[in-house]
This record gives sequence, C-alpha cells and structure tokens, in this order.
Amino acid sequence: MSTFAEEIKEPKTITSATRPNANALEHEAIYIMREVAAQFERPVLLFSGGKDSITLVRLAQKAFWPAKIPFPLMHIDTGHNFPETIEFRDKLVEELGVELIVRNVQDSIDQGKVVEETGKYASRNMLQTTTLLDAIEEFKFDACIGGARRDEEKARAKERIFSVRDDFGQWDEKNQRPELFDMLNGQIEMGQNVRVFPISNWTELDVWSYIQKENIEIPSIYFAHKRNTFLRDGLIWSAEDGVVFRAEDEKVEERIVRFRTVGDMSCTAAVESYADTIDKVVSEIRDSKISERGARIDDKRSEAAMEKRKQQGYF
Amino acid sequence: MEVLKIATAGSVDDGKSTLIGRLLYDTKSLTDDKLEAIERTSKQKGYDYLDFSLATDGLVAEREQGITIDVAHIYFSTASKSYIIADTPGHVEYTRNMVTGASTSQAAIILIDARKGVIEQTNRHFFINNLLRIKDVIVAINKMDLVDFSEDAFNDIKADFEELMDKRDYQDQKITFIPVSALKGDNVVNRSQSMDWYKGQTLLEHLEELDLQDIYNVGTPRFPVQYVIRPKTEEFHDFRGFAGKVYGGELSVGDEVVVLPSMTRSKIKAIYFYDTEYQTAPRRSSVTITLEDEVNVSRGDMLVKVGDLPIVDKQLTATISWMDSNQLTVGGKYVLQHGVNKALAKVDAIDHKIHPDYSGIEENVSSLNMNDIAKVRLRLNKPIFYDKFKEHRTNGSFIIIDSRTNHTAGVGFIE
Ligand SMILES: Nc1nc2c(ncn2[C@@H]2O[C@H](COP(=O)(O)OP(=O)(O)OP(=O)(O)O)[C@@H](O)[C@H]2O)c(=O)[nH]1
Ligand SMILES: [Mg+2]
Repeated sequence: MSTFAEEIKEPKTITSATRPNANALEHEAIYIMREVAAQFERPVLLFSGGKDSITLVRLAQKAFWPAKIPFPLMHIDTGHNFPETIEFRDKLVEELGVELIVRNVQDSIDQGKVVEETGKYASRNMLQTTTLLDAIEEFKFDACIGGARRDEEKARAKERIFSVRDDFGQWDEKNQRPELFDMLNGQIEMGQNVRVFPISNWTELDVWSYIQKENIEIPSIYFAHKRNTFLRDGLIWSAEDGVVFRAEDEKVEERIVRFRTVGDMSCTAAVESYADTIDKVVSEIRDSKISERGARIDDKRSEAAMEKRKQQGYF
Repeated sequence: MEVLKIATAGSVDDGKSTLIGRLLYDTKSLTDDKLEAIERTSKQKGYDYLDFSLATDGLVAEREQGITIDVAHIYFSTASKSYIIADTPGHVEYTRNMVTGASTSQAAIILIDARKGVIEQTNRHFFINNLLRIKDVIVAINKMDLVDFSEDAFNDIKADFEELMDKRDYQDQKITFIPVSALKGDNVVNRSQSMDWYKGQTLLEHLEELDLQDIYNVGTPRFPVQYVIRPKTEEFHDFRGFAGKVYGGELSVGDEVVVLPSMTRSKIKAIYFYDTEYQTAPRRSSVTITLEDEVNVSRGDMLVKVGDLPIVDKQLTATISWMDSNQLTVGGKYVLQHGVNKALAKVDAIDHKIHPDYSGIEENVSSLNMNDIAKVRLRLNKPIFYDKFKEHRTNGSFIIIDSRTNHTAGVGFIE
C-alpha cells in the first residue's frame, strides 16, 4: 500500500509524456538546422514574414534551445509588404533577441541595378533576386536558410536540401549533388553559397497543422478579414495600400478574404474565406481543391517560370 | 501521422512518372489548378489522353525530352498515411539520382514494361535496392494494356524476375508482383476490370497495409553529436548540451554511455526536446543530451551505450556506388563523411567491381567510372566508429567527397 509520503518522492523534473512527439518532419528539420550551424561560418535565415519562415524560426528556436538562434535573420524587403507582416516581423525579432538585417529592393532600384516593372502585372518579385545576391555578397553569407517546400511547385520538387549556388546565385538543376541518407555535404568553394531548405518535405497542410499544434502566432492577413478588393483574371487582388496596379474599369468591392501565401503584395492574390481561426484554416486547407501557388501570379507567367527564376538566383 | 518514403525504379519509359501521376490523380491528390495545367499541356502536345508524367517532370529539359533527369519528391496522403514518393530517372546515365532517391526510402516500386520484360536496367535497379536493403519491394509489371492484359505475359516476367531473386544477397527483402496499367489506371488505386485472373492487392492497397514499424531496420542506439549547445546565459550558465539525432534504438535518462573516440564513460543526465525534459529519446528524434560528468565532447563524436560499442577502426571494406564523372582510382585521396563525422580516406584497393550487365564480377580493376558499383578497401587518417551496413543503415554508410570539386562523388556501404 502506498502512502502519500512515498508518492511525492517521485521525480518531478519529467513531464507527463516520457518521450517527445513523433513528428518525423520536425525532427528532420531540426537536424538540418543544426547541420547548418555546424557546417557554415556565416549562415543566415531568410525571413519574409510569411508562415513558412515563421515556422523556420520556431524550428531554429527548438534546435538550439536554451541557446539563442546562432544566426541572424534577413528580410529582403520589396517595399510592397502587407503592413501587418512588418509589424509582426519586428515584434518577433524583439522577442527572440536575434539580429535582423533588412535590405531593400527600393535601394537596388535607386542605384539603377534593377528597373521597376510597369503595367498591369508589374511586380517586384523578380527584382528581389538582385537585392538578395548583393546582400549575400555584402555579408559574405555562405548558407541561406529558406522556407521553400517541394510540394509548392514542380521545379521546387527537384530541389535538394543543401542546394549549391555559384557566384551568380545560379542553380544548376541538371547537375545537383546527390543527397544520401541523412548526410548533408556543405563543402563549397569561395564565392559559392548554399541554399538550405529544412522544410523541403513538408506540405502546406503540414505547415498549417504545425502552426496549430504549436500555437504559433502568425500575421492577421492569414485569417479571414474584410478588405477592399478587385477582380482580375479570376483572382482577387487587394485594392488597399495602392501597391497593386488597378485599371479604372476594375471595380473595387469589399469582400471577406484571407491570404494563403504572403509574398510580394503585387503578385499575391487573396482567396474568399471565412476561416478566421487557425482551426478553420487547417480544415479549409485540408479540403482545398486549389494549390497554394494557384493564387500566385508569378508562377502563371509561364510553365517554367519558377525554374527560370531559380536559375537566376531566386529563392 | 506516419510518413512512408517510397522510391521508384525501372528503365526509361517504363512509366514511373506516369504511375505516380496516376496515383495522385486516382487518390484525388491533384488540385484543380495542377490538373488543368496537365490537361492544357497534354492537349498542346496533341495527346488524346492525359500525360500524368507532367505532374512530376518539372524541369524544362525533362518536358522537352519526355524523360526524368533528376529526382522529384511528390507528396500525397490518405486517411492512414502520408506518402513521399521519389520519382527517379530510369536512364542509365542518371543511376546516381536513382540511388539518391532509394537511400532515403523504406519501400521501392520497380517498374517493368510488360512488352520488354526483365532487362539489364531491371537487374541493376533491383541490385541497388537489394544493396540498400530496402525491405519492401513492389515489382509493378506495367503497360499490361499493351499485352492484352495477358496472364501468361505477367507470369513469364515474374518467373524471369524470380531468377534474379535467387542471386540476391539480402534474402529477407519482401517482394510483391502487381500487374498494372499506369496510363489506364488498372490496379494502381482501382482494381482492374480487365484482369480478373489477378487476385492480389492493388498498388495502393499494398502500400496502405505496410507496417512502418516493421519496415525500419532496428539496431542498437547511436548518437552522433552534431553540435554542442553552450548558452552562456546566467540562467543556463553551466549548460553543455550535445545536440544530435538518435539512430537505431532509443536512449534514456540514466543510461550508461561511452563517448567515442575518447572512450570516456558517463551517464545520461537529461534529455531535452526544446524546453522540455523527457525520459526517453526515441529513434530518429532530434534531441539535446546532457551528461552527469564534465566530459569533453565535440562534433563528430558519438555516444553509445556501454557494452554496445561499434567497430572503431582506421580501415574498412565497403561496397561503393560511384557517382562522379571523375574516376575513382586506387591510391586516390578523398574526404569521407560518415554521418556528421569526417576523415581523410585513401583507396587502398579495388577488390572487384560488379560487371556492368550484372552477370558477375570483374577483378583486376584499377579505377571506377560513374555508376560503377565495386568492393573497395579504404584507409583513413583517424579511426571512425561504424557498424556494418547490414546491421545499421545509418551508421554503416558514408559518402565520399572529392575535395577538388567538393562534389559528393560516391556512397559506401560498409561490410
Ligand atoms: N499504353 C501504356 N503506356 C504507358 C503506360 N505507362 C506509361 N506509358 C507511356 O510510356 C511513356 C513513358 O512514360 P513515363 O512515365 O514518362 O516513363 P518513366 O519511367 O517515368 O521514364 P523516365 O523517367 O525517363 O525513366 C509515356 O508515353 C507514357 O504515356 C501504360 O500503362 N500503358
Ligand atoms: Mg519519369
């Protein structure tokens, strides 16, 4: 018969669960984060303020706890962000106590390195590449961690976890290094850098389920809200903030919408949705008949849009 | 949810990409926009059917040539499992990409064109899957629609394949034959209306029933240290945690361990996953371990249980699959990456290589070309802590890096 006194002698340090969760994708991503910290001298985490990069930040926290994340975050700012994501970014960085580097596409435009696109489909998405490559050179970054996933797009489905880029940031898609078992080869020459994708094997639903389970805060634009919008090519565009070009005959209407990805405002369309909580978002994604990039006009430019951008050094 | 990784194999045009596209389509995993893109491109190309290979052949060069060049990873899920399928190239030239896809997989699908039967490439891919000790192999005899769904054709090919099975090294591999038509959808997800004679499972039924616990090779726990965590904050002033992934078995608080290579003994004090302590670190978990004693541990070192030591040696024999356009030569020096540990390696000898048509072995070879498979003896500049590949998949394999190019030039399976 056990007495009360005996019971309280049980160890107290251990939680009720005796072993951590079995989310294989999470354990894999943490392993990759640690390989980056160990194999490179100047890594950086590319932070866009979107759900994938927010997920990366949480994974990095987990990988190095109780130490701080051992690399800075960098935001390549197109100047066309949803204001909510910038506020969110600054708050997060403050909480984490990590360094945030911001480099602006506007500066690349002002310096005459890139030319702003004009017309109906004008976007700064392509221009980001130049600003990114300049920043990599400026800080001598040898590894850039990004939140790209293989399920996003068919060219991305071909990506390695450690993807080597040459001096010009180019992706040599036909000559990639084999990646065997868990072994990641981060050896590079001077001038080369590696793009690292810890959540390569996650699907959009995996990311959302993780945000739900971990209770991770994300910018409000991911949830259903009222917004002034207009229709073009069957997609819903934000008519607020004056970033997206709108012709006079494109009528502004208020709709209840949310965003599934938050890239550059000028190429990210909204979807009609009433999902105003994370639980509702997860079930909406689960039942969705359209892929996440279905609302990204940058991929619709051509069948090979993503592959071409990647060859030029895009993420 | 459980994640099952599967690699495809088979010769050029046997229908691997089509089969995966078909799996996606019949499980309703293709979103409307992706399906529309396939319909549009199929029409442009003048096909009167949907070319499902377009779902996975994502590179321009692949679409132009109608072949797969590099591995694509494709994701779909059912109520019971999440699947990751590696669509690998069938072309001999890209065998290295096929090995890559297979290395991270627990099951494999080998396709055979029913009109061609067992050919050299079937032999090669089966050999590689057997070498990698993939536990569950499905032989999908495809394009049954082009042989009038004939049972005899199926049985002839099956008999030919069974001859290969007698010769294989790893006999515990489970092999299942399924007659399919990837293009028409027979026996992929839905049961064929044209092959009443086949009473077995469809491909998806088979995959759904695979027991993942069964499929992983269980061995003894190995904990290669990836990174040492030293927060140096007031709160965690003396914290020294060893970050890494547990392979092969599990480790628990209180376990007596040995640190390699120093051979120092200690005990596991705590196991952290993020900010929470746990009693046990299961296999394949990425945790942080602290020890009872102040021992010197750095990246590349390994924690193992007392009485469960791996082999600690500067010499080893391994089967190597060579993946580089520069030859491997006897006397050549390379970087050997074993898990997260690195050593310098010199090729002492090539015992023999597998004949390119897989009919036997060739002796007296002094160099290896891309896609060659051979038994090689290596000497290292320092001891590494390894197991035989057949006893431990992770701790029994390594990659070879050519330090002139930094390329991953080969993969080795330790004997
Ligand atoms: N009739 C018929 N044709 C098929 C079948 N499966 C595939 N095909 C055709 O065979 C050709 C090659 O198919 P793919 O799926 O590209 O072959 P693959 O094995 O992926 O080829 P690689 O990736 O280049 O090695 C295409 O024209 C397909 O439409 C089938 O079951 N029946
Ligand atoms: Mg193919």
